[in-house]
Amino acid sequence: MTEQHRFGNNVSPITCHAWNKDKTQIALSPNNHEVQIYKRSGSDWKLLDTLNQHDLRVMGIDWAPNTNRIVTCAADRNAYVWTQDKDQKWKPTLVLLRINRAATCVKWSPDENKFAVGSGARLISVCYFESENDWWVSKHIKKPIRSTVTSLDWHPNNVLLAAGSSDFKVRIFSAYIKDIEKTPEPTPWGTKMPLGQLMAEFVNSNAGGGWVHSVSFSPDGNKVCWVSHDSSINVADATKGNAVCKLRTEFLPFLSCTWITNRSIVAAGHSCIPILYGINDNSQISFVAKLDASQKKETGGLSAMRMFHSLDKQARVETSDTNLDSIHQNAITCVCIYMGTKEKATKISSSGADGQLVIWDLNSLERSIQNLRIA
Amino acid sequence: MSGTLKPYLTAVRHTLTAAMCLDNFSSQVVERHNKPEVEVRSSKELVLTPVVISRNEKEKVFIETSVNSVRISIAVKQADEIEKILCKKFMRFMMMRAENFIVLRRKPIEGYDISFLITNFHTEQMYKHKLVDFVIHFMEEIDKEISEMKLAVNARARIVSEEFLKRF
Repeated sequence: MTEQHRFGNNVSPITCHAWNKDKTQIALSPNNHEVQIYKRSGSDWKLLDTLNQHDLRVMGIDWAPNTNRIVTCAADRNAYVWTQDKDQKWKPTLVLLRINRAATCVKWSPDENKFAVGSGARLISVCYFESENDWWVSKHIKKPIRSTVTSLDWHPNNVLLAAGSSDFKVRIFSAYIKDIEKTPEPTPWGTKMPLGQLMAEFVNSNAGGGWVHSVSFSPDGNKVCWVSHDSSINVADATKGNAVCKLRTEFLPFLSCTWITNRSIVAAGHSCIPILYGINDNSQISFVAKLDASQKKETGGLSAMRMFHSLDKQARVETSDTNLDSIHQNAITCVCIYMGTKEKATKISSSGADGQLVIWDLNSLERSIQNLRIA
Repeated sequence: MSGTLKPYLTAVRHTLTAAMCLDNFSSQVVERHNKPEVEVRSSKELVLTPVVISRNEKEKVFIETSVNSVRISIAVKQADEIEKILCKKFMRFMMMRAENFIVLRRKPIEGYDISFLITNFHTEQMYKHKLVDFVIHFMEEIDKEISEMKLAVNARARIVSEEFLKRF
């Protein structure tokens, strides 16, 4: 139902992870300057390569499935594009990001001809390959970002870009590079799309507050979902005049979210469990199920005296519960689709601050959890 | 007494659980820096509204949260002069050894007796619920410790004065 994986003796947090096209290899960063590439052999993982070029903590990894290139970005303000040469070694190419703060997130565009890097310099670098100079150059989207860009996601049309930032806002930009692509078709988000055009801006909360931790475009590109630090999950729909639906949840804040069908979202974060949310025809969000159905482990014999004693002293029922009841033992920082696409995902993978990677089989979860229907 | 202690500790526990949702966050003001935002306060949007939970005038907890760190300041009950002195000396003793406590701050925030600084690096290495337990346990034990010390001081004073008055 779920597979739990650890990589070598690594107990440090997994900052982020990315899969190759056929999901046999994974690139991950063990919360330091390295990116490790593991290959699956049975239930074990073999370290194939260590990408050792950054000198501060790696913040983002993305693996382009078709062109088989990896892009990494780190707190040392650099990004590298890694390509595999004939002897299967990964070779780095420096990207000229022209930023002076940490790079925080990176994403390949769907066509894999460009990628976007968010940074603490309050801007987004949209990078593409310039063949006459043989290097990756970048164009900046600056206005009106007021704080660190925390997350990015591309629209399926390869032009629009959603960015969430710690100034409590989600913005949709156009990242159209006229040197390398032809004029984009109009979308519900707007018709004119020069580079850096602000197509839409959403305030996370009218009361203010809530750093945006993750954004995701729906598979058809008409909706955008984001999760923020006020423990809410939000969906904005461009076909309904950018109407926003907000659901405040009782869980701790989510750090990552992804669409798994056009009607459902998986969000995970500080609660250590992935949670499934559904969207109905009126774009209303509703709680569907917790994907982690782990049961509380029984400890031998319940002593009423002990219970009241610890309740009185520490305001808790139990004192001998070092391990959490969930599979992940610390915050989940990254959720990726392992099998399928955003239209129909069948397996998703999550990694977190406990150094574990967990693969969740949605089909078998759907069978085992009562009343769970993934629309 | 313990009747009112429980809701106080429960409130602190829930606030700490919510406050300790920390992320790794590089400075957006200084290049290649990664500092606790609750201490440097370089950008106001990264610091949340602080919370005070107080049991009475003397006993309270001040919780300040930011994107990558949380600062917890505790004011301990001090009913009389002896408790004041004992508390001051005891806190000084611990804060001089702050690095052994890992999450202890070397100086308390003004108006409080002791402060803890918990960053995202601590929550990555340690269980978050155990960190919360530690703070709760500390609050629980510190009162007990000080009252015990006060009793010991009073007992000793009684013996000393008895011995002294035997001479007359």
